[in-house]
Amino acid sequence: MKNKTSFLPREGEAQPSRCPDNSAFKQQRLPAWKPQLTIASVLSSFFLTGAFCLAVGVCLVVSANSVREIQVDYSDKCSDCSKLRENSSNWNKECHCSVNFTLKEDILGDVFMYYGLQNFYQNHRRYVISRSDAQLLGRNVNIQRSYCTPFSTYRNGTPMAPCGAIANSMFNDTIDLFYSRNSSVVQVPLLKTGNSWWTDKNVKFRNPESYNLSSAFAGTARPPYWQKPAYLLDEEDERNNGYVNDDFIIWMRVSAFATFRNLYRRLRRVRHFAEGLPAGNYTFRISYNFPVTRFKGRKHVILSTVVWSGGSNPFLGIAYLVSGTAATLTGFVITGIHLKLRKKKTYFQKQ
Amino acid sequence: LPSFTGEIRCEAPNNKLDKFTGTLTLRGEKYALDNEKMLLRGCTIRNTEWCFGLVIYAGPDTKLMQNSGKTTFKRTSIDRLMNVLVLVIFAFLALMCLILAIGNGIWEHDKGYYFQVYLPWAEGVNSASYSGFLMFWSYVIILNTVVPISLYVSVEIIRLGNSFYIDWDRKMYYPLNDTPAQARTTTLNEELGQIKYIFSDKTGTLTQNIMCFNKCSINGKSYGDVYDMSGQRIEVNENTEKVDFSYNPLADPKFAFYDHSLVEAVKLNDVPTHRFFRLLSLCHTVMPEEKKEGNLVYQAQSPDEGALVTAARNFGFVFRARTPETITVVEMGETKIYKLLTILDFNNVRKRMSVIVRSPEGDLTLYCKGADTILYELLHPSCNFLKGETTEHLNEFAGEGLRTLVVAYKSLEEDYFQDWIRRHHEASTALEGREEKLSELYEEIEKDLMLLGATAIEDKLQDGVPQTIETLAKANIKIWVLTGDKQETAMNIGYSCNLLNDDMEDVFIIEGSTSDDVLNELRNARKKMKPDSFLDSDEVNIQFEKSSKNEIIIPDEQANGVYGLVITGHSLAYALEGNLELELVRTACMCKVVICCRVTPLQKAQVVELVKKYKKAVTLAIGDGANDVSMIKTAHIGVGISGQEGMQAVLSSDFSFAQFRYLQRLLLVHGRWSYIRMCKFLKYFFYKNFAFTLVHFWYGFFSGFSAQTVYDEWFITLYNLVYTSLPVLGMSLFDQDVDDRWSMLFPQLYVPGQQNLYFNKVVFIKCMLQGIYSSLILFFIPYGAMYNTMRSDGKAIADYQSFALMAQTCLLIVVSVQIGLDTSYWTVVNQFFIWGSLSVYFAITFTMYSDGMYLIFTASFPFIGTARNTLSQPNVWLAIFLSITLCVLPVVGFRFLKAQLKPTPSDKVLLKIKEAKKWPPPPSPKRRLRRTSTRRSGYAFSHQHGFGALIMSGRNMRPKSPFATTGTFSPNSDKYKHKGL
Repeated sequence: MKNKTSFLPREGEAQPSRCPDNSAFKQQRLPAWKPQLTIASVLSSFFLTGAFCLAVGVCLVVSANSVREIQVDYSDKCSDCSKLRENSSNWNKECHCSVNFTLKEDILGDVFMYYGLQNFYQNHRRYVISRSDAQLLGRNVNIQRSYCTPFSTYRNGTPMAPCGAIANSMFNDTIDLFYSRNSSVVQVPLLKTGNSWWTDKNVKFRNPESYNLSSAFAGTARPPYWQKPAYLLDEEDERNNGYVNDDFIIWMRVSAFATFRNLYRRLRRVRHFAEGLPAGNYTFRISYNFPVTRFKGRKHVILSTVVWSGGSNPFLGIAYLVSGTAATLTGFVITGIHLKLRKKKTYFQKQ
Repeated sequence: LPSFTGEIRCEAPNNKLDKFTGTLTLRGEKYALDNEKMLLRGCTIRNTEWCFGLVIYAGPDTKLMQNSGKTTFKRTSIDRLMNVLVLVIFAFLALMCLILAIGNGIWEHDKGYYFQVYLPWAEGVNSASYSGFLMFWSYVIILNTVVPISLYVSVEIIRLGNSFYIDWDRKMYYPLNDTPAQARTTTLNEELGQIKYIFSDKTGTLTQNIMCFNKCSINGKSYGDVYDMSGQRIEVNENTEKVDFSYNPLADPKFAFYDHSLVEAVKLNDVPTHRFFRLLSLCHTVMPEEKKEGNLVYQAQSPDEGALVTAARNFGFVFRARTPETITVVEMGETKIYKLLTILDFNNVRKRMSVIVRSPEGDLTLYCKGADTILYELLHPSCNFLKGETTEHLNEFAGEGLRTLVVAYKSLEEDYFQDWIRRHHEASTALEGREEKLSELYEEIEKDLMLLGATAIEDKLQDGVPQTIETLAKANIKIWVLTGDKQETAMNIGYSCNLLNDDMEDVFIIEGSTSDDVLNELRNARKKMKPDSFLDSDEVNIQFEKSSKNEIIIPDEQANGVYGLVITGHSLAYALEGNLELELVRTACMCKVVICCRVTPLQKAQVVELVKKYKKAVTLAIGDGANDVSMIKTAHIGVGISGQEGMQAVLSSDFSFAQFRYLQRLLLVHGRWSYIRMCKFLKYFFYKNFAFTLVHFWYGFFSGFSAQTVYDEWFITLYNLVYTSLPVLGMSLFDQDVDDRWSMLFPQLYVPGQQNLYFNKVVFIKCMLQGIYSSLILFFIPYGAMYNTMRSDGKAIADYQSFALMAQTCLLIVVSVQIGLDTSYWTVVNQFFIWGSLSVYFAITFTMYSDGMYLIFTASFPFIGTARNTLSQPNVWLAIFLSITLCVLPVVGFRFLKAQLKPTPSDKVLLKIKEAKKWPPPPSPKRRLRRTSTRRSGYAFSHQHGFGALIMSGRNMRPKSPFATTGTFSPNSDKYKHKGL
């Protein structure tokens, strides 16, 4: 059933040879670096990493410990106000409360004041998208088409400026700090600008163009929860008003987690406070406008210094110490196993 | 011819090669058509200038195509596994989404409901459970990256690349007929690294189908070996001086012979030598063709005969022409015309053929050639001494795997012959019992023969076949030879290419002709190989009882030694039937080598199908002819040998090349690399997608299960497409754990592929766990580092965009380091891809987060400034570094310790290679094959029934006189004298 035909080489002189090129790529002979897991490389990686992690860990822990931080939870201390705010019909009633604390030692250096919120889900997907970046750039856009709903327009069609759930829920407590010095009470000077990212302040947020700010916002209305329109956020400073208000910008940079703190004020280091906050009695005077009790949220006010690694959060330092210890220990274990195996091998070889 | 009108009625197309029935109605007359009148597709008509034919079946209806089985779409086992895994991943996805959806329901009920002051529920959502239901689908969208859609595309690209390497490999290029290797299917590469069974054709695959007159024994003297000055036998190679046949103008220039003493014997007019070659030039059924004077072409039914006649031709006994009654031979330049009186033809029982000729001098002689076992019985007692010597030579020849024939002659008495020929005529015209009568007559005259000597023909193996087979055997690959040849031929080749050898405990021969015989033979074989396998306690038997018959997978069983199995096609037909199947598979798979002879193309396919069905193993079929098409199509991988015979095999194959020996490179180098690359790719791919996606899952617990993504949406889009695709492609196109020389030198490295060790369900689970671990690190380290802290300038850091940037930077660096760890062969391209991807990530990130992009596409790039503000912070980088350390260092330690404490066999080999690399260069694999010569018949003759009858009838003889003028030549002429001495 098999009939062979003799093979006739049909290759003519003109026909190019079908022999593949002799290139290193085609022959899979590209020069290459061939790293391998040797005992030397493994042990050095473990010990070096271990040592590095331990060193960094120690530095981080030391510097985090040097941070001075005072945190005051005022959601319960102002219980009267919080009850008042539970009823939304009281929105225009003012409510003030004070919280006292004592500094035993001076806090030297730059001091920052933060407000902290707990259980406030700024990272909820629908919350995060509920804004109109174009509007915040001062552009005249139809916010109906943005994700601002239900905080985009009023029933009569007046658009909200700024629109969206983020802007609407802006933190609007005002916190002032007073220092009791020799029975006289001095208000601690605080800076309210320069707290946000440069890019946010100068690129991402712009007021609509007009001869003055209130006319720029003409035809729009404040968000429902706001007590005053956007162009009145800071009446004293034109460059901190409207959309480029620092408090507003900071609030609009939504947090990644439900518990977060935002920079509120910085200590202006003048006169008594040139070195920082001197020891003594202080009072936070809070204008309580922001209701949190409904969703079991909590509000804090925090005073803190900073170091190169940030704040007082010890997590990174401890994580580094633990990892460094683990890496070093593993390095020793590997050394032990390797020595034992080698002994066994030579033992067998002797036999 | 155009006026030809007739009608043919015949059977429907079928696959029976040996049967055909039909009738031709022509001008009212009916002619029977049977198989004798059929030419099957692929046949070559010889000695025929022209003929009329009628096409009966064409295309797919031809018997050949009917035999070739159906084409199935081939998929690799990794493909199938991948499909399963994708289903598993879908289930996993559904589970994750369900958990998150329930979480969302609870969260909306407990917290979200009260948080509505600031964030009212979306329109249409009025209950927590409905919100949970919606969130399920949101999470399906977000987490769908865990289902690797781009996986399939990447897999195909990798396979394509690895196929190109096969096309490009110069070491698989055959310069003689300008044939490079060719990957005709680009989807089966990694399967090449998992082959466990090779089914090989013999003719044209293992052998070249070229017969070479290699040695002979004449009158007790052996010719053919070459000795050097000191009398040491030397190996024949290209440099060995060939015998010069230039004294003979009719010599075939392609014929090569190295022993000069034989020519001298011829030139010295040694009588037995002359008689020997005269016999070879007379006793055959070869047809000569001399279209141009001096350009003789022999048409032989079997290449063996052709080789013998060609040898005689070169030594000066040129078979020139034949008519029904005469044979023209040019003997040492002298044209002699012998009268051909009768041909006693070859058949399988006789195993010999004879001719009776009358020489020009008038002597009557019977020349006979045949199998030694048969012919030795017929010799004259006076030859006993010579018989002993010849036997020794025969043993030697057979030990080298040569095909031997014994030749003998007998002078006949005129009277006796006349009487015999009369009876022969009567017998051949007898109506009843013609066959028996004839064979009786043949027996009568073929006795008391005088032994002349023996011939040894080499069925030329392709280059490097024994070495290849040895290497493949070391790689734990089992080789089955499926051939249409006879048992003797097949076994002969088995010995000569080292498949069978005398180190084997036993070679079982299954040739039973009933179902029971075959069963018994198989059982006996198994009993010998593994007596325990008949006990009830044998695990395979236990497994048989448990499972139903259709889904049995027979595990590998270990025999107590090395065995071979030879089974004939006839027995195979029984063995392939229902209940014997299992028995055959169990027995055959225990043997190291299985040879199936006289099998039909369909049976070849059935054997492959059988192993595929009962063994969880990858099979490869290799062949060159149309009769191998069915098995090439059936096996997981079909390889076609191109160049020698037609294109059918190549056209239906998945890979093709010109020489059998390239198979070892295809499997051990390309296959192994493809497999390892594919496995590494899959492992890494699943890992990177799990690590990527599961971070969203963890974030769900902290973001009110609101389907908030961790990363920037651009990052999600570009992650698989831009940031991580090239490094892994680079790895899976360039990676080599050891280079080609080492993988050929240590075929054991192939074994993990067969056992499917590098990628299976367990490995997948491990990848998944590693991915989960990494995602935990990647989420919780940035979370811990950012929680309630601030930047070094006092501004808040824990905003969503900074966190997203930090998490995605951590992730990208971690997966890049991981690919670096997986890459064991860093070419320039790999370096470029890995470093390039990282740089591209930073470049794209900074670009997308730039002022300009924001001002132009405000809605698309809200992350403005994040990169500048966040990546300048030391604690961000410290957190990134810690994530990398925690993700990668455990992997390093685990891999190192695993190789130290629980080294796999291939780890050990790799270690050995590492040691050996210190002393370059690796020893070149030069082994000499050991031959042992035990007594066995090396007889082989590849044709079945001779066509002596055809010659005698003179039916296809063209009345063409041989060229009358021939250049006379004599070895003793002055011209050649000095050369001969």
